[in-house]
Amino acid sequence: MYFAVFFALLLGTGLTVFAATLDLGRFNAPVALGIATVKATLVALFFMHVWHASEKLTKMVVVGALFFLLLLLGLTMTDYATRPWS
Amino acid sequence: MPDSTVLGLHHEEEHHPELLHHFADAEQQRDASSLGMWVFLATEIMFFGGLFCAYLIYRRWYFGDFAAASKTINMGYGATNTAVLICSSLTVVLAVWAAQTARRTLLIASLVVTMLLGLTFLGIKGIEYREKFVEHHVPGASFSFQNEPIPGHPGQYANPSHAQIFFSLYFVMTGLHALHMIIGLGIFTWLLTMAWKGRFTPEYNTPVEIGGLYWHFVDIVWIYLFPLLYLIDRHP
Repeated sequence: MYFAVFFALLLGTGLTVFAATLDLGRFNAPVALGIATVKATLVALFFMHVWHASEKLTKMVVVGALFFLLLLLGLTMTDYATRPWS
Repeated sequence: MPDSTVLGLHHEEEHHPELLHHFADAEQQRDASSLGMWVFLATEIMFFGGLFCAYLIYRRWYFGDFAAASKTINMGYGATNTAVLICSSLTVVLAVWAAQTARRTLLIASLVVTMLLGLTFLGIKGIEYREKFVEHHVPGASFSFQNEPIPGHPGQYANPSHAQIFFSLYFVMTGLHALHMIIGLGIFTWLLTMAWKGRFTPEYNTPVEIGGLYWHFVDIVWIYLFPLLYLIDRHP
């Protein structure tokens, strides 16, 4: 299991380097961030044992932290990304 | 008469020396430690989150300058370091597994290899920083970023002061990450001495697990830093 995740992570790294050399127009950034998110999720779920966490509170803390991070980035971008004058 | 049964309880009951008295059992103690670590990691997520937010704002504003600056960083170093950290995450889970299954030799070997990989990461980072100093790409008085073409816009050159913002973010984000690596190496040195003394058993190995969580978190931060800083616009 650990080795499968390990090889998936290495594959993801190779893939993200390869994808960066392609001209995907505006999709370069979403593809790179998507691969990074898949890799981070694999590390959290399997290497950090969130998947098998016996304590539900742990899962709640993880989801809560991500929620507030997305709140920070998302709400900031509703301002900065929607300024047609700048 | 004093309640001697209550007072004598701790002496009568057999329990693991590492089990603190306010926990019902070893599992509850481990879950509490792990939860505490995750709460700490949540604060770390917000800590790095602020930098990622700043990065996001400036990247949108000065995308061309950021792409030009990103292209001058050595992608090979970044990719190698990503692979090094992924390997170290594997040795960390092996260490946790070895501690849980009482494999002392594997535990010590995994911890040592993890630390060597951590040092490799910092070494490569050092070479990379040195190149930035040589090229005068370090923000400050001697910063210079002249005639660097903006990818995809022939004849246009990056604004040096905007590129300087990219390099400021690059040094703060990778520098903070490297500081976390150094702290991680300190934690792992301590784990190694504990493992050497044979303190970890299948009943008690929480420090290995908690230290592992920290190491994996630092790995995750790098997983995002690599594409964001090194791979903004790499196509020819």
